[in-house]
Amino acid sequence: MSTVATSTPPAGRSTLPAGGAPARRRRRPLLGKNPIGILFSAPYLIFVLAVFAYPLVFAVWMSFHDYFFAAPGAQIERQFVGLENFQEVLADPAVIRSFGNVGIFLLINVPLTVVLSLVLATALNKVVRFRTFLRVSYFVPYVTASVAVVGVWLFLFSGSGLINQLLGPLAPSPSWLINSTWAMPTIALFVTWKQLGFFILLYLAALQNVSEELYEAAATDGAGKVRSFFSVTIPGVRPATVLVLLLATVTGANLFTEPYLLTGGGGPNGASASPVLLMYQRGIEQGSPDVAAAIGVILVIGVLILAFIQRKLAGGDES
Amino acid sequence: MRSTKKRRILAATAVSATMVLALGACAGGGDDKAAPGADARGDITIWYSNNESEIAWGKQMVEAWNADHPGEKVKAQEIPAGKSSEEVIGAAITAGNAPCLVFNTAPVAVPQFEKQGGLVDLGTFEDGVSYIEERSGDTAEQYQNADGKYFQMPWKSNPVMIFYNKDLFTKAGLDPENPALATYDEFLATARTIVKSGAAENAIHPAPTSEFFQSWFDFYPLYAAETGGKLLVEDGKSTFATEDGQKVAEFWKTMYDEGLAGKEQYQGDSFADGQAAMSIVGPWAVSVYKDAVNWGAVPVPTSTGTPADETYTFSDAKNVGLFSACENKGTAWDVLKFATSEAQDGALLELTGQMPLRKDLTTTYADYFAANPTYEQFGDQASRTVEVPSVSNSVASWQAFRDAYSKAVIFGEGEISSALEGAAEKIDSLVAKD
Repeated sequence: MSTVATSTPPAGRSTLPAGGAPARRRRRPLLGKNPIGILFSAPYLIFVLAVFAYPLVFAVWMSFHDYFFAAPGAQIERQFVGLENFQEVLADPAVIRSFGNVGIFLLINVPLTVVLSLVLATALNKVVRFRTFLRVSYFVPYVTASVAVVGVWLFLFSGSGLINQLLGPLAPSPSWLINSTWAMPTIALFVTWKQLGFFILLYLAALQNVSEELYEAAATDGAGKVRSFFSVTIPGVRPATVLVLLLATVTGANLFTEPYLLTGGGGPNGASASPVLLMYQRGIEQGSPDVAAAIGVILVIGVLILAFIQRKLAGGDES
Repeated sequence: MRSTKKRRILAATAVSATMVLALGACAGGGDDKAAPGADARGDITIWYSNNESEIAWGKQMVEAWNADHPGEKVKAQEIPAGKSSEEVIGAAITAGNAPCLVFNTAPVAVPQFEKQGGLVDLGTFEDGVSYIEERSGDTAEQYQNADGKYFQMPWKSNPVMIFYNKDLFTKAGLDPENPALATYDEFLATARTIVKSGAAENAIHPAPTSEFFQSWFDFYPLYAAETGGKLLVEDGKSTFATEDGQKVAEFWKTMYDEGLAGKEQYQGDSFADGQAAMSIVGPWAVSVYKDAVNWGAVPVPTSTGTPADETYTFSDAKNVGLFSACENKGTAWDVLKFATSEAQDGALLELTGQMPLRKDLTTTYADYFAANPTYEQFGDQASRTVEVPSVSNSVASWQAFRDAYSKAVIFGEGEISSALEGAAEKIDSLVAKD
C-alpha cells in the first residue's frame, strides 16, 4: 500500500511545539515499517486464528446458545439461551467438584514442577559425567505416550503393586487410584514426573544465560552453594520460572488423559474428574457441546486469572 | 502511542466481529432439506467393525453383493479409528461424510444420531417396518424411538452370561459341571469359596470404572433377569429405584464389600489371565477363550434362581444405521436387507458366533447349533434380552446411573436406596428433555 509523502523534520528536531499537540504527525505506513514481515508471519497468524482464535470464539458463541452437532442438511434453530448453560454448569455438583479437583492438582503439580525442575536442572548443569544419559533419562517420560506410561503406573500403584509392597502397612486403603483422598495427588505426581523433562530443558536453557561471573562474585563475598542458588540462580532464571509457572498451569488446567486412563473416567466417585474430562463427556459422549463450551469458557477465565496473578507475583519487571 | 493502541483495539474488534459474524453464518444451519433419494441407486460406502471375524463376514457379504450388482457397487472399510466408534460416527455426521451404512451402530448412540439429523427413518421405505418386524419379531419393539419409529435396524446381539473357569472352580473344590450360581446366595457362597481357597484373586471382576457403559456388564444384566425383562427406562420413567433394583445393587455391594469383586481396574483380561474366576460376557468370547480358558457358561443369577429358560439378560446388541448423508439410499436399503437376509445372518453366525436379532433363531439355524453346541445356550438366551432404552439423552442417563451406582455400590458411600432414587430422578428429567 502506498503512503502519503510527508516532509520530515531534520533529525534531532522536535515536531512538538512546546506544551501543544503535534503540528503535523508523521504518517506511519499502514502495514508497518516492514510489510514483508507480515508475509512471513502470516502462516503462523493464520494457524493461530484457525486453530485457537476461531474455536475459542466459536466456543463462547456456543456457550450462549442451544447448540448440538448436527448433520449439514439438518434444519436446526440455534436459540440464544443467555446464561442458561452457565447456570446449568454452575448448579452441577460434578462440575464444581471437577474445578476443585483441578485446583488440588495445580496446588501440587505446579510448585512441585517448578521446584523439582529447577533443582534438577541446576544439578544437571553441574554434572560432568553421564550428563547426556541423565538428560535423556529425564526427557524420556515426556516423549513417551501417556497410554503406555499409564499402564506402568497402574501396575505400580495398584493394591498389590510395587509401591504398596514397599510401604507395607503404611499403604493406603483403598489403594491410591481408587482412594478419594489420594487419587488426585497421585495423578498430580504422575503428571509432574511425566512433564519434568520438558521443564528441566527450559531451565537448562535459562541457566546458560546466568553469568558465571555472578557466581564468582557471590563466592568472593563468601556465599556457599546454597546461598548462590538462592541469590544468583533463582533470580537469574526468573523469566524461565514465569514461563514454567504459566505452562504448568495451562497444561495442568487442561488435564484429561490421566483421569481418563489412570482412574478410569475420573473415579473414584468423581474424585479425579477434571473440567476437561467433563467437557469431553458432556460435549462428545453426551451430545451437549453447549454445556461443554460453558465449562470451557469458565476454565479459560479461571486460567487467565491464575496466569495474571502468577505474572504479578513472580513476573516482577522481567517482561 | 495512544493512537497506535486505539488502532490495535479497532483492528482486534474488527477481526472479532468478522469472526463472530462468520460463526453466526456457519452456525445458522443452512436451509438444505434432506435429499429425498429413497429410491436413488448407485455405488455406496459402508463401514463395519474392525474385529477380525466381523471383517471376514463383511468382506464376504460385500463380495456377494457386488458380484450380483455391478451397477451398484459397495465399497467397504473398517470404522476409522477413534476413542470409540460412536465418536467417529458422530463426527462424520457433523462433517456430512458419514457412509451409507454402519454395521456397528450402538443402540445407545442412536437417539443422539437421530437428533443430529444423521439417520434415516427406515419406516420411510415402503417395506421398512414390515421387514424389520418380520425379521426380529417382538424384540424389534425395543429398538423403536419414543414415536415408534425405527432409526436403526436391529442386527445382532451378544446376550451376556456368566462365564466361569472350570479349572479354577475345580481348584477351589467346586463342581465345575454344575456350579451353584443360580441365586444370589449361591453365587456369593461360590464366590467366597473361590477367593478363600486362593484359586483366584477375585471371584469376578467387572470393570469398576466410571464410563457410562460399564453398568451394562454388572448391574443391567442382573436387573433384566431379576425383573423378567424390564428396561432401565420404560414409558419415559426410570424403573430401577424399586425393590428389584435394590436387590441387584445390594448383591453387587456385598461382592465389593467382601472383596469378591475387584474395585481396581485391571490391565488386560482378568478372566483370561486367571485373576478372576468368572466374567460377564457374550458369545463373542467363545472363540476368544476357546484355547485360553476351560470355560463354562450359565445365566446371570437372580435372587430366587430363575430357571435358565426364563432368565433375561442384556443384549449387548449392535445394529445398522442408514445415514442421511447417503446419496443412494435405495441401494443402501437393498444392501441392508441383503446383509440381514437369512443367508447372510447364517454367515454372520458361522463366522462371528454372534446372534442375529432374528426371531426363531435356534430353529432357523438348527444345523448350526447342533454342530456347535457351545453356542446353543446363547442362541436360546438371545430370545430373552433387553436393550438399552431408546430415549433422549441416553448416554447422559447411563452416566448418571453409573455415577450413582459407582458411589453407592462399588465404593460403598451412602445408602443404595437414596442413590438409586437420586439417579432415577435425574434420569427422568434427562429423558424428558429434548
